Amino acid sequence: MASKILSQKFYAEMEKLIPRYPTRVALLLPALHQAQEETGWLPPEVLEEIGAYIGIHPAQVREVASFYTMYNLTPVGKYHVKICTNVACCLRGANELVEQVERKLNIQCGETTRDRKFTLMEEECLGACGTAPAMMLNDDYYENLDSKKLDQILESLE
Amino acid sequence: MSETLYIQHFNEQARPLSYYLEKMAGYSALKKALGMSADDIITEVKKSNLRGRGGAGFPTGMKWGFIPKQSSKPKYVVCNADESEPGTFKDRDLMRYTPHLLIEGMLIAGHAIGSSIGYIYIRGEYTREAKLLNAAIEEAYKAGYLGKNILGSGFNFDLTVHRGAGAYICGEETGLLNSLEGRRGEPRVKPPFPAQAGAFGGPTVVNNVETLTNIPFILNNGGDWFAKLGKLEKSGGTRLISISGHVKKPGVYEIAAGSMTIRQIIDQLGGGILGDKKLKAVIPGGSSAPVLTADEIDVVYDIEPLMKIGTMMGSAAMMVVSEDYCVVRLIQRITKFYEHESCGQCTPCREGCKWMEDVIHRILEGHGREQDLNLLLNIADNISGKTLCALGDAAAGPVTSFVKKFRADFEAYIRSGKNAQVHH
Ligand SMILES: Cc1cc2nc3c(=O)[nH]c(=O)nc-3n(C[C@H](O)[C@H](O)[C@H](O)COP(=O)(O)O)c2cc1C
Ligand code: FES
Repeated sequence: MASKILSQKFYAEMEKLIPRYPTRVALLLPALHQAQEETGWLPPEVLEEIGAYIGIHPAQVREVASFYTMYNLTPVGKYHVKICTNVACCLRGANELVEQVERKLNIQCGETTRDRKFTLMEEECLGACGTAPAMMLNDDYYENLDSKKLDQILESLE
Repeated sequence: MSETLYIQHFNEQARPLSYYLEKMAGYSALKKALGMSADDIITEVKKSNLRGRGGAGFPTGMKWGFIPKQSSKPKYVVCNADESEPGTFKDRDLMRYTPHLLIEGMLIAGHAIGSSIGYIYIRGEYTREAKLLNAAIEEAYKAGYLGKNILGSGFNFDLTVHRGAGAYICGEETGLLNSLEGRRGEPRVKPPFPAQAGAFGGPTVVNNVETLTNIPFILNNGGDWFAKLGKLEKSGGTRLISISGHVKKPGVYEIAAGSMTIRQIIDQLGGGILGDKKLKAVIPGGSSAPVLTADEIDVVYDIEPLMKIGTMMGSAAMMVVSEDYCVVRLIQRITKFYEHESCGQCTPCREGCKWMEDVIHRILEGHGREQDLNLLLNIADNISGKTLCALGDAAAGPVTSFVKKFRADFEAYIRSGKNAQVHH
């Protein structure tokens, strides 16, 4: 195999997890998370490297990775904006927020801006319905949103 | 106000071990449990009338009792922290504010079923909560509450946080177990049930976060005490309720089980309807629960009373909808969710959810036909009870109840091509 893409740290984290599970395949979800943290998304080479490490076929890695919405199998922008539009957030105006971002960034949901700075997505319930509407920006939650607050957050991003 | 177990400890920060030890009698229940036999612990949990807080309300003591005493494979305690039922956000508070309660509950479960390995399966989006749990677990290891020979008792227990990655179906316990094992989170054929062959083929207890955080209180104060906290027979303890939607004060509240009606909860805890509008509908137990109309809410909010009127308490997530919100739009969004989250294994669920969504979407867009309503009821009926897991029923129940209870709204919408009184 070609030279490794994933870092020493990735392998060190995985070695720590090995004794935690009775099988090696159980490392797959943690490995995909850890890898995505390093590379932002999961290109085929990374899936292959994870497969080689765990000892499964790359197709099996992809089969599993593609089941879960959090694993990015295509590149995403530097800022991944995920606005919840499930029931509680809709009742509190989430659709209007999505439209606001679409207008502001000039993209549709599911798209990335040309400068690769923003990706916008609709998200299912984030478990923040008491502080709706809510969104995630990369790994962080932003809650009790309104139009002004959302604008300020987007403006503040480099 | 009656006694609450949790809410007074919910604050802006995770409660560290020192707080837990001082203010919450931390790990004293574990000490007590280590001096008891497994059978005695299970008897106490049975006496408590604790019923699972994940959605199905299954008696916890009975579930633990199903685990075989002897097993050639290791046994497992798995905490369901997927919290993916729309409208539910109580487990998040339990994990971020009182993580040690969960750890202690899992330790006691482990001792009771003879397991020395636990996993907390937490939804992937809760990165912050996963970090807080890991920090608490590290504290517990350092203090000797986790690891080998805990408190000199000879009991060993290791606990690992396993992050999901965005899939509602991983809240279903066998989908969860597949996901834990590094597979697609597709539900399994049952039997075998997890108690026989669960995680990695070993006997496994799967319990919700709140179910497990109740355990230390039960051990400390006794099963009878816990049972009496509840106001109805066969339903002990308190309930954490997630209230969202059109109320003035959304949030997590705690009540003695069966002590209030839905109307009282909305008015007294939720602060009434936003903008003092009239109530249109209440979804009482997460988005999978059949909807209630404004004149059905004088019902006691607990498992049995809600079942009697054809809905369910589920995860105790109450979504409140005021008069000017369009019910067609609401059920379209709910159905889109199930269509998106169906894992695709069972044809009735995969095809039926898509079909229902198509039909409701057509209505919403102004192209509905008179016969669409009966078509929806028919599709829902053909999903219900015909799938491997309960996602199919979770999708069908809302559609059936919305169409039946708000039929006039749907018919008016179809006739005019839009919702007459409502702006979108
Ligand atoms: C589609 C579906 C989603 C579910 N999601 C959750 C969930 O997010 N959290 C949870 O605790 N239980 C969930 N459940 C229920 C679990 O399958 C299981 O009954 C529960 O974890 C058992 O724990 P308990 O007995 O402590 O309630 C779900 C069930 C289904 C069918
Ligand atoms: S509906 Fe948006 S966080 Fe639950």
